[in-house]
Amino acid sequence: MTEQYDAIIIGGGHNGLTCAAYLAKAGRKVLVLERRHLVGGAAVTEEIYPGFKFTVCSYVVSLLRPEVIRELELAKHGLHIMPLLSSFAPMENGDYLLTHADDSSNYHELRRHSKRDAEMFPLFNQMMYEMAHAVKPILATVPPDPSAPGLRGLQDLNLLRKHFQGMSKKSFHCLTKLMTMSVSDFLDEWFETDILKSLMALNGIIGTMLGPKSPGTAYVLLHHYMGELDGAFTAWGAQQGGTGGVSEAIASAARSYGAEIRCNAPVERVLVEDGTAVGVVMENGDEIKSKVVASGCDPTVTFRKLLEEKELPDDLISAIDNFKYRGSSGKVNLALDGMPRFSALGDDASAQCMAEICPNMDYLEKAYDDAVYGGFSKRPFMDVEMPTANDPTMAPPGKHVLSIFVQYANYALDPYDSRDAQRDAFGDAVVNTLSDFVPNIKDLILHKQVLTPWDIEQRIGLTEGNIFQGELTLDQLFFFRPAPGYSDYRTPVKNYYQCGSGTHPGGGITAGPGRLGALEILRDGNV
Amino acid sequence: MLKKTPFHERTSQLCEGESWLDWAGHLSANSYELDHSHEYYAVRTGCGIFDVSPLYKYHVRGRDAMALLDRMSTRNVAKCKVGQIVYTAWCDDDGHIVDDGTIARLGENFFRLTTAMSLLYWLEDVGFGMDVEIEEVSQEQGALAIQGPTSKVLLQQLADANLDDLKYFRIIETKLAGVPVRIGRNGYTGDLGYEVFMDANDGLAVWDALMEKSDEYKLRPAGHIALDMVRIEAGLVLIDAEFMSATNAMYPIQRTTPFELGLDWVVNLKKSHFIGLRALREEKARGPAWTTVGLQIDVVALEALYARFGMPLILPYHSWTDPVPLYADAKQGRHIGKATSGTWSPILKRYVALARLKPEAAKIGNSLHIEMTVEGQRFTVPATVVETPFFDPPRKRA
Repeated sequence: MTEQYDAIIIGGGHNGLTCAAYLAKAGRKVLVLERRHLVGGAAVTEEIYPGFKFTVCSYVVSLLRPEVIRELELAKHGLHIMPLLSSFAPMENGDYLLTHADDSSNYHELRRHSKRDAEMFPLFNQMMYEMAHAVKPILATVPPDPSAPGLRGLQDLNLLRKHFQGMSKKSFHCLTKLMTMSVSDFLDEWFETDILKSLMALNGIIGTMLGPKSPGTAYVLLHHYMGELDGAFTAWGAQQGGTGGVSEAIASAARSYGAEIRCNAPVERVLVEDGTAVGVVMENGDEIKSKVVASGCDPTVTFRKLLEEKELPDDLISAIDNFKYRGSSGKVNLALDGMPRFSALGDDASAQCMAEICPNMDYLEKAYDDAVYGGFSKRPFMDVEMPTANDPTMAPPGKHVLSIFVQYANYALDPYDSRDAQRDAFGDAVVNTLSDFVPNIKDLILHKQVLTPWDIEQRIGLTEGNIFQGELTLDQLFFFRPAPGYSDYRTPVKNYYQCGSGTHPGGGITAGPGRLGALEILRDGNV
Repeated sequence: MLKKTPFHERTSQLCEGESWLDWAGHLSANSYELDHSHEYYAVRTGCGIFDVSPLYKYHVRGRDAMALLDRMSTRNVAKCKVGQIVYTAWCDDDGHIVDDGTIARLGENFFRLTTAMSLLYWLEDVGFGMDVEIEEVSQEQGALAIQGPTSKVLLQQLADANLDDLKYFRIIETKLAGVPVRIGRNGYTGDLGYEVFMDANDGLAVWDALMEKSDEYKLRPAGHIALDMVRIEAGLVLIDAEFMSATNAMYPIQRTTPFELGLDWVVNLKKSHFIGLRALREEKARGPAWTTVGLQIDVVALEALYARFGMPLILPYHSWTDPVPLYADAKQGRHIGKATSGTWSPILKRYVALARLKPEAAKIGNSLHIEMTVEGQRFTVPATVVETPFFDPPRKRA
């Protein structure tokens, strides 16, 4: 007897699980098929070295939609996000910048560097919050299609206009600048302290193959201002036990509503009959029937691997083939025998839970230059998180783990002979650079896990290792994500839907695509 | 002038904002870091260390020690075995609550009482003519509460005794880092946790030994802001928030009974005698005027109110303990009680409150309306009566 479901979700990443949870909550019989032995996609925690848990790929949470937390009751299912209150950026001359959660401490710390910047900093944040507040509702809505013919297009355009109506003239102009400028130029208009600018510029370049001086990066900065923790703007947090815990919480919610989740279950392709999806074919040849199918995978997998070309119109094929992935970041996870010490901080270890290796703006741009033609940065930018600063569940007492997000790492193999050689060189560059700031790091390393973009692609299935399922640049966001005319979670194949980060509102642990995808599936009423 | 606790030499070094509260005449930290978040999360993730030395502490010894405490308590103290702790309340003759606290039975005829308010005169009056010796040891004893999931494994590193044998609401005498201490497995956080009492002179040695392990077990000093949030999550009542002591109340309306506080479970009406028994029996028979319950406030409705002002939802960053009106309907027609404490729970992602309600409105699942002000304008937001504790992890008793 063939199995029959209402909905099959391909890919048990956090968005696939979210989509499944919403559909199951609505009473549908749902099956999630995950290729790997565990759910979570890029949001997974794995014990790579005995006793040490690594938040293997993604590592911090901020953009997770509050309505998802609420509607799926994720706290009940184990969501436990602890705030990251400080950000520490050492400089090459031994000084540093340490930002805090409170304005007064920030003022005094910034004043050490520049009296003017100390005063400008709250004004800058105020402006960014105002813009984020105006733009943020967009994260929870299905992208409109202003190019749609007739009244629909006009209505959609009007909807867009409404979002910007409440904005002051100054902010609107600023938004225009954000959408067009480089993050470096944008910050130059506000600040004079280089370390402050390079620390803030990070959010403009994370996950893109662009340097801080590349136009368009300013907008990515705003994207990161839309995160929140319990209503507090831009606050970042870390899930207890690593981001796998977020995926587990969503999976637990999905199961509580009756969804079935199958691991070690790779899907070969979507089963299409007369232009309508009717199920999936597994890699082992099994067929599973379903009224609708949704893919949480990236656009290339969703359209080019899981479907035959004949099912798709030319415009979509060319848009997907032109979709920019070009993974630019890698990940190094370290199991440490003791507490790493930043020389700039002396014995004060309190600020070490979040450190940024971005000593100046030129450092970041040079890091980009190193990797733009292939290879990777000799001295990379690093976002160094030490979850074990607050979390007792990830390493034995007194031991630590470091989660190091590294940029830039080119997906292309050139100039290396082999992926192994590339990986070794990459890992060495990271540890060597880090040891300039953390002199005792090399003595502490018990185990080192190195993931280049290629490794991320192999392990997680993200095309070219792009952590966002496609760059988060303006030309690939909102009604352009993943392609103009195909941003409403539907596809040219009837009853086949998208619900991954390759759709609006994009990458990061947002659960937005999963929720919006599920709601559109339910709205169509075919299941 | 406020008194310094035995740990002040250390806590004052750590209290970044110099933000102190007057707790029973002692300097007690509101929070150690400027932002209390780390302290709050430590209690639910690692563990927090609270200096609870300002608690009033009494040693009651003698042949009639049990009889005295039993006469005072709403609970049956005779059932308290040696090595056990009970939480209890005590009332005046009219059945109005005077205070709540814990009684630890340290020996057959030896008890330790901890209270929020001074009680020596009360104990002496109740024990008049009895064969007891009452000693107030508030300042002679230092006390630390170590609360949170890693508290047990942390203390086990330093304690001589095997803490596996120390069950919920039990107490042992042992040594911690070589210092004689009493460790009770109880607390005010609703989590796995312990209270450690020691001679005040040994306080710093114990503090230092614990803090030495702070990185290993994610121990953080924690203050009142964090404590109030976690005790609300645990559904625990607080003096001067949920109730006023009958001995402090100036006007009848300020007095409360244990039944009105939802403390029915600590009132044993089958006892032959305790102070206030007759009044409480009568109250039980006619039905209490109020009861105390948990509420969950509808944040979606609150968000919609903020949206009217073009604002995003603003959640309280820490707990509140000012009374807030509750109504049966949205039009603010019929007043049915007051919320006495509330907090956004970052762990539960729920906005919860403790509330004193008319019994007819207090059924689980009943919906009512709570007053909320947004930008200085009054509104009501729906709230639902829910079970307490809001947060009750199995590890608490395990």
